[in-house]
Amino acid sequence: MLENFSFRTIVEYLPLFGQGLVTTVWLSVLSFAGALAVGIVLAAMNLQRGWLFRVPAKAYIDAVRATPLLAQLYFLYFGLPRLGIVLPELVVGILALSLNSGAYVAEIIRAGILSIPRGQVEAGVASGMTYIQRMRLVILPQAFKVTIPPLLGQAIVLVKDSALLSLIAVAELTRAGQLLASDRFMPAEGFITIAAFYLLLYYGLKGLAALSGRWLGLAGART
Amino acid sequence: MIWQQLQSIAGSYPLALRGLGMTVMLSLISLVLGTLIGFGLGILRTGGNRLISSVIGAWVDLIRGTPFLVQIFLIFFILPELGIELDAFTAGIIALTNLAACFICEIVVAGIRSVPTGQVEAALASGLSRWHRMRQVVLPQAMRIVLPPLVGQYVLLIKDSSVVSAIGLTDLTRVGWLVVQRVPNGLLVFFLVGLGYFIVCYPLILLARRLEQRMGAAHGEVQL
Repeated sequence: MLENFSFRTIVEYLPLFGQGLVTTVWLSVLSFAGALAVGIVLAAMNLQRGWLFRVPAKAYIDAVRATPLLAQLYFLYFGLPRLGIVLPELVVGILALSLNSGAYVAEIIRAGILSIPRGQVEAGVASGMTYIQRMRLVILPQAFKVTIPPLLGQAIVLVKDSALLSLIAVAELTRAGQLLASDRFMPAEGFITIAAFYLLLYYGLKGLAALSGRWLGLAGART
Repeated sequence: MIWQQLQSIAGSYPLALRGLGMTVMLSLISLVLGTLIGFGLGILRTGGNRLISSVIGAWVDLIRGTPFLVQIFLIFFILPELGIELDAFTAGIIALTNLAACFICEIVVAGIRSVPTGQVEAALASGLSRWHRMRQVVLPQAMRIVLPPLVGQYVLLIKDSSVVSAIGLTDLTRVGWLVVQRVPNGLLVFFLVGLGYFIVCYPLILLARRLEQRMGAAHGEVQL
């Protein structure tokens, strides 16, 4: 029963949880930056008229979306050494999260760009703007606005997904909970504590998403 | 070299079939249960009782705010401490059903709220009972909004079922993990594992996309 729930042990392990939380945060930040880079490239490829860039981008996005992240993670973790690429677990984890989230980010960016009414582009053409000018001055600033809330939603997903890295022994937040569970046989203390930490991150990002929606003047912005 | 490995992998096909069966069974059971409970929760949440809807809302937020892996660990390791004995399969079903129910609840709520109030008022004026209002007026119209994301949610559920391999259930992902210990070719083994998921999930993704286009067109809406 849970009547022996030991807050003392939680306090004793707090430095470990703190380290795990910090690791989860910065590895998520790095992975999200990676996902943005992957997503921008994929979205640009996917918006081309010619099939040469569009087809591979579409295939990649579909392949990522139709398979579980855990299988992708193991694919890289067990597969990269096979190609002679030996990386630390942490780097493999960040790579997997970036490549996975990148596919979703690409779809968000594409939807954002496609949401700009055609008239805007035509007005740009009529004003004698070049393609680059239209993109930079007309389309991207407006697309940027609508993509922020769903991008923050994807960031929430990414933070939660990063828990899977504990399965390849990355010392992040979930791993800290597992250590407490296995070292002291205290799964309740371990897992309830990390759940609370994840909720903290979740509500933080959710609040940010709501605020950004208000700043950007998007009524009823969905994340 | 690669032939030997392929042969070795082919030799473990009974294991692979068992894994695929486990993945399909886990997904299917929790899909059915999760849909039923999710619709129930969604209807309750829009039912007008403030206490009930805020309790459901808080629970959905808790589930959406924590990683699924942590939820599985909580269920698998803590329910026994509360005196509820359960095996890994039951724990997996409970975790997946709960996850699906929470996300489907949100989808159903969005669908019900999209039905214009005039429709409900007209049903009230026609003297329909609460049950009939829901079943014959609100839900049929809400389904247009609900259906595309619901199918998308099923894809997520199938993919999330891979996480239950962490508590030792021999699903497709776990089979890959077992095979890769014998056949040291992670690229090949997990390509095949991925292919297994792809064959199940991709048709559903296409279906969701088509539903979205159809429902969007029927509604005359501009889809993002």
